[in-house]
Amino acid sequence: MVLVFAETWNGKFKKSTFEAVQYASACAQAQGSQAVAVVVGPASAPVESLGAYGAAKVVHLHGPKQFETAQHAALVGDLAKELNARLIVVSGTANGRALMGALAVRAEASVISNVTALPESYAPLRVVRGAFSSKGIEVCESRSERCVIGLVPNALGVKDSAGSDAAFEDRNVTAELRASMVEQQLASGSIALPEAERVVSAGRGMKAPENWGMIEELAQVLGAATACSKPVSDIGWRPHREHVGQTGIQVNPQLYIAVGISGAIQHLAGVSSSKTIVVINSDPEAPFFKAADYGIVGDAFDIVPRLTAALRKHLN
Amino acid sequence: MKILICISHVPDTTAKIQFTPDAKSLDTSGVQFVINPYDEFGLTRALQLNEKLGGTVTAVTVGGAEVEPTLRKALAIGAHDAVRVDAQPTDPLQVARELAAVATEGGYDLVICGQESIDYNGGVVPSALAELLGWPVVTPCIGFEPAGSRAKASREIDGGKEILEIALPAVLGAKKGLVEESELRIPNMRGIMAARTKPLTVKAPAGAAAGSAPVSFAKPAGKSAVQIIDAQNLDLLVQKLHEEAKVI
Repeated sequence: MVLVFAETWNGKFKKSTFEAVQYASACAQAQGSQAVAVVVGPASAPVESLGAYGAAKVVHLHGPKQFETAQHAALVGDLAKELNARLIVVSGTANGRALMGALAVRAEASVISNVTALPESYAPLRVVRGAFSSKGIEVCESRSERCVIGLVPNALGVKDSAGSDAAFEDRNVTAELRASMVEQQLASGSIALPEAERVVSAGRGMKAPENWGMIEELAQVLGAATACSKPVSDIGWRPHREHVGQTGIQVNPQLYIAVGISGAIQHLAGVSSSKTIVVINSDPEAPFFKAADYGIVGDAFDIVPRLTAALRKHLN
Repeated sequence: MKILICISHVPDTTAKIQFTPDAKSLDTSGVQFVINPYDEFGLTRALQLNEKLGGTVTAVTVGGAEVEPTLRKALAIGAHDAVRVDAQPTDPLQVARELAAVATEGGYDLVICGQESIDYNGGVVPSALAELLGWPVVTPCIGFEPAGSRAKASREIDGGKEILEIALPAVLGAKKGLVEESELRIPNMRGIMAARTKPLTVKAPAGAAAGSAPVSFAKPAGKSAVQIIDAQNLDLLVQKLHEEAKVI
């Protein structure tokens, strides 16, 4: 069977969770097996609703209050061994990525992360993954009876849900905590970048931090997350958590709009797997145009407000 | 504080990535190798802690003789000594097991790795290593302040960060924020001279098995040429995003 870690965020299932459950379900179907989802800690939605995304069964572990890497690895890893899972699917969110390595050790499994597609084959298990910061594609083979698959968020997207509620089982569990949470600081109201479907990103071409209003407005119309280039976060115009690129956040949205970003290779490493890239830059020689699907040469201060208006008209 | 900093030997960010004709591996000809950028944040933090608290900073990598210049660079930046585990790993769990053997033998208080390497982009080693050692892990780690046998560490999460309290020894997966880019140490001439005589020990591998191995590599499909759209005709862009790209 295929086990999938159904991550919650403040008790809610994330979009990336539904994607991971659908991925696990597709793997299970291909092998004539079943997908079992594991939920750790409080869930505000009924856990059986994961059935709509293909889970045949949900195991809900009660006890833990929040994510802790070692504790989650122990709980999910031990369950994988008990159920004799052949595959363990984890979405590569911040928590999922932290979890994968420890989970593989605990579950006595191999691990293949940064996976972008369904397996090419199951015996042997061969999976396509991104490598060399989006400059290469690797086919990786597991040499273990059990394998953790770390799925890139948005790699497949969430298909419409179908199917009925899953069977579920509640269990009370305890496991060692190796780190205790002192506090959590969340940016209010913003869309988390790693799983955003649309991203509006801006660079030094915006000239000053007070000019970001038009970027935020464009993002708001699109329901997009805001992001920025490295120089902009380095000089403190925008917070570090918005820095997209090699040493910042890697994103994989359907639509990436880059405003006033020249497109240094370090930036491209974090965004080049975006499905559609739109570049707005006053310099027609900006290297970013070579990586773009659509380009507009011109002044951001003129174009962005008009683009926002045109999109607003279309989306209404 | 006795610190082990794990160094990954990776192609420079700007390197052109090509694969060998049999598609089995990276074509390393003409490729410049560097310290993995995430490891650099860890190395600088290790040196800062060493200046404050004393102790040693040991750099370690798992690889053949070809990785030694990268280890020497870590010595030139300020690590006191270096260990090369003489193995050619194909998989992050194999790397983690070899590192765990070094960490156990050396009795370290803190092990720092980059949160991922920019070549295989696995992101697996920090938490796998911690689990093998039975230690706490903080990854991606964007802040670390030890206080005696405990420490406070910041961990990046989707849309924010969390502050964790842990007991040492521990493993950190370094990311920008652990130190700022402007704080990163670079080797100076005195450091480069000193690095030549600092101890670099070659250690036989523990013989950890790989859990997986690459079968083949390929370059991603190139983008078709960019469509330049007239700045006066933004409705056309909206139309194309809707009908052609189908993203709105």
